[in-house]
Amino acid sequence: MAEGDSAAIRNGTVRRRLRRAAMFVASLVLVAVLWELYKVVGPEAGGRLFGWNILPRSNDRAMPHVWEMLSRYGRPEIRSSDRKIWSVVLAGAWFSFRLALVGFVIGSLLGLGLSIVMARFRFVERGVLPYLIVSQTVPLIALAPLVVSWGGKLEIFGWEWPRWLSASVLGAFLAFFPVAVGALRGLRSAPAAAVELMESYAASWWQTLRKLRFPSAIPYIVPALKLAASSSVIGVVVAEISTGLKGGIGRLIIEYAREATGDPAKVFTAVFGAALLGLAMSGFVTLADIYMMRNRPKEAST
Amino acid sequence: MSAVELTGVSKIFNKGAGNQVDALLDIDLSISTGEFVSLIGPSGCGKSTLLRLIANLIEPTDGSLIVNGKSPKQARLDQDYGMAFQQSGLFEWRSVAKNIELPLELKGWSAAKRRERALEMLELVKLTDFADHYPWQLSGGMQQRVAIARALAVHPALLLMDEPFGALDEMTREHMQSELLSICRKAGTTVVFVTHSIPEAVYLSNRVVVMSPRPGRITEVIDVEIKGDRSDSTRDDKAFFSGISAVRAALRGVELDSTARGIEDR
Repeated sequence: MAEGDSAAIRNGTVRRRLRRAAMFVASLVLVAVLWELYKVVGPEAGGRLFGWNILPRSNDRAMPHVWEMLSRYGRPEIRSSDRKIWSVVLAGAWFSFRLALVGFVIGSLLGLGLSIVMARFRFVERGVLPYLIVSQTVPLIALAPLVVSWGGKLEIFGWEWPRWLSASVLGAFLAFFPVAVGALRGLRSAPAAAVELMESYAASWWQTLRKLRFPSAIPYIVPALKLAASSSVIGVVVAEISTGLKGGIGRLIIEYAREATGDPAKVFTAVFGAALLGLAMSGFVTLADIYMMRNRPKEAST
Repeated sequence: MSAVELTGVSKIFNKGAGNQVDALLDIDLSISTGEFVSLIGPSGCGKSTLLRLIANLIEPTDGSLIVNGKSPKQARLDQDYGMAFQQSGLFEWRSVAKNIELPLELKGWSAAKRRERALEMLELVKLTDFADHYPWQLSGGMQQRVAIARALAVHPALLLMDEPFGALDEMTREHMQSELLSICRKAGTTVVFVTHSIPEAVYLSNRVVVMSPRPGRITEVIDVEIKGDRSDSTRDDKAFFSGISAVRAALRGVELDSTARGIEDR
């Protein structure tokens, strides 16, 4: 049975992926069409609906045309330079991507480590988990300057804390949480019968973790990593903005937003750059997802 | 020599508390090497508890157990027994061969030796072509065969089975029973087998241990007098039917003084 079945499953997976990609492109087009449609029907200077001042202005300054934004990519960033804006945005996105990746890796490892310790010792879970939850309610903007000033004072064996690392740390600060909570649930998800089986093999706690608990946690860890990936991007972009770190997409958004009156399309080029960055991060995790879930029953994959 | 020796074994859960359960009371049972013994009785009679005591997954409240000539704990550490449950309990992220290799991995065998043993076990349960398939690609009966192969992978002297065929359809079940017998005959394995089914117990066993609940205890031990090796024709044998009648009669006695149900008459 299985040969034909797995071929059919693989075929179905390919078709499903293609359909998803097509849907993604179609949704982009749909958003562009809605944007332009609103520009046609929406009030130029904004408007009231049921007494609320909620209708956005549809003039070219607030909502530039889609083609205006796209063509802005091909023109220079500032008048005095011939550097095209697409290359500036791309470089900024690449800079932030690396920071986010470092934050994502640090955060995920930290989250996994915490979840393992919490799964091992109940008292650690009871003692630490509330603080983890509270940690996520601290506004990132308040934390960012603190991390920068702490980092600035750090020097370990002659190694100086680079400025960019503060942004990565803030990315990690947002990223570790979903991983810690998701992985903890996953590590606890192994069925009692399987745990008993490992016991009957006289397996050590560490062996049970490696051969049973960790593999059964993968379906919980993968969605947590997806969340962590986008969180790390948010953390890095916000950190760039609030600490004034130069070179990344967050800084570009702030700079371009200041020019919005004269060059409204410009800020959107950076915003899309940030979106691209988020997509790249989650694409990265999706690849890991496909790899880790390759041999699992297909219904269970996310 | 006896493979399992229980003397005055009791297991009381939540002792002294309001919800105290006398799962097993004063059990004496001796199982000799190479013997096939079934435990049968209504739900709550402690047959699974008895199996878990032998496996050293729980400790007795009272009494002494000797498994394979040692303490149950030592027997577990030495992997003297293999275990199979109603749910195959295969790890879905491991291929069939890798599932069978699991207990060998934990013992620190080399990859080549593990693979060799896994293929040998797959041959035994007639699944050679499925070594690199994953559990979810197999039918329920095939999964259960893999679980048995995994339980037998360390060549244990003792096999502990808790309703291993309970989730299978009747046809597959009878087929698996015959296969289990021929496998154990080849390896000379002692088997302790928990079941709900009277014909299954009689077909497989040298002795059927009938148990009753509240408190869990042994009410009768019935010798099955089927001559020679069992085969499909055994199911038409007179001795098979008289065995079934004897077990049923013993269970009826149990049913009379308890309201428990859960015995399949097929």
